[in-house]
Amino acid sequence: MTTVSVAKAVARARGDIVEGFSRWRLWGLLGWKDIRQRYRRTVLGPFWLTANMAIFIGAIGFLYSRIFDSELAVYVPFLTSGFIAWTLIVNFLIDASKSLVLAEHVIKLRRLPLSLFVYRTIWRHLLIMAHNLIVFVVVAVVFGIVPNLATLLIVPALLLSVINAAWIGLVLATLSARFRDVEQFVGAVMQILFFVTPIFWKPDLLGDRIVFANINPLYHFVELIRAPLLGTSPELLTWTVAIGTALVGWMATLWFYGRLRPAIPYWL
Amino acid sequence: MVSLIADGLTVEYPIYDADKRSLRRAMLGRGRTGGRILGGSRENGHGFVVRAVHDVSFAFETGDRVALIGHNGAGKTTLLRALAGVYEPTAGRVLADGRLSPVFDVNPGLDLDDTGYENVVVNGLMLGLSPAEIRAKMPEIIEFTELGEYMHLPVRTLSAGMHVRLAFAISTAVDPEIILLDEGIASFDARFGAKAEKRLESFVGRSSILVLASHSEQLLRRLCNKGVLMAEGRVVAIGALDQILALYRAGVDGVSDSAGEQAQDGSNRG
Repeated sequence: MTTVSVAKAVARARGDIVEGFSRWRLWGLLGWKDIRQRYRRTVLGPFWLTANMAIFIGAIGFLYSRIFDSELAVYVPFLTSGFIAWTLIVNFLIDASKSLVLAEHVIKLRRLPLSLFVYRTIWRHLLIMAHNLIVFVVVAVVFGIVPNLATLLIVPALLLSVINAAWIGLVLATLSARFRDVEQFVGAVMQILFFVTPIFWKPDLLGDRIVFANINPLYHFVELIRAPLLGTSPELLTWTVAIGTALVGWMATLWFYGRLRPAIPYWL
Repeated sequence: MVSLIADGLTVEYPIYDADKRSLRRAMLGRGRTGGRILGGSRENGHGFVVRAVHDVSFAFETGDRVALIGHNGAGKTTLLRALAGVYEPTAGRVLADGRLSPVFDVNPGLDLDDTGYENVVVNGLMLGLSPAEIRAKMPEIIEFTELGEYMHLPVRTLSAGMHVRLAFAISTAVDPEIILLDEGIASFDARFGAKAEKRLESFVGRSSILVLASHSEQLLRRLCNKGVLMAEGRVVAIGALDQILALYRAGVDGVSDSAGEQAQDGSNRG
């Protein structure tokens, strides 16, 4: 691909991103079908997701609250909200890299705004999260977490997460079209990050090494969703990181995606 | 007035995932039928670059029924994809004044786990139809496929024949302005008799421009009035269909043995 002016690249990226979004009926349906397909002919259907989460939380919550010497009523809601957020983020990141590769057949059949396949992945994972959230609602009722005004922050928090997910998804999907290693790489990195991100344990336990949480962007994206669920506002630093990555990420992505978009069908 | 113009269209194709050496041997060994592989500096580190379409220019307008003729690997499929906007040209441009309806594959992307009905909806949305338009097409599709109640069963439970009928019905349900047709559809037609023939003809008849890549002279004669002869990614000749077919048979594209190609009809869809 020859050099393209930045303005032209940005215009092309914007065209694809906006047009892709306008096809919401399509990506909405595809995302929903993805889930339905996985659980076809099972008795529970997509509620296997809910069941999985419930079993996990039940077992781990009971055991780890003792390990970390924390009260069940504090530990279980913390674990549930954090793990739901983590599941959303990690599974999205891994799946996002496959967004375009898996759609190769249709992409080569006609001209489509490719961003729609990233929106489909985002939508799919939001639907999965909705099933997981049922577990949190039960936990909240059992342990008496009363919704308050801060709970409403879940709306801007999710919006901000989705805005970030869109640019990250576009970048990963584009890279992965060219280098199929991306998916594996993301998976490997996530495995490590799982152990350094406070999900099973509270960030306070880091004591004077709290910086290891604060410099970990994943911590902030988990916290962004976890805090409102628990009825508290995420800290200012968390909002700053989320908004900052959205701004910087999108600026870079408009250029990056606009430049590489034409090459994607060839790579697939 | 609907028009389709290619202006100095060039498409270069990177190939990454093949073993360089064996690929090189395979391509060079095959002689002159395929697109040109750019050697030298373009090869460094990034694998091969194949120039599948090279400086192609033409202008078609309403009423033109164009046959793309050439040996396997002459660049027909790549040209069609570039015309459809799937492949961005490396150089030159495509000016399409009119809605493009590419039909490149017998299978428009049927989801085997979905019912016939759901497949029509998803594919309709892919084609850019609104839910209302899809609903409006539904009776006609059901009628053609004769699937009836089977429309509510997963496609994987349908017989091969039903499967093909459904795919064909979906592919040809839109109201096209510029049809870009790849040869697969031809074999379809043959398996499927007069009814499909009529549907294909009506599909083409509703359009303003047709570009059809095929090896089947019979199909080309039935649907086309013009011809474009391609070889090694270049346009060798453009003209009336008879004239172009005669050139092709005479081996003017520089590649002999066209009889052998006929037998491979539809098998190689590069």
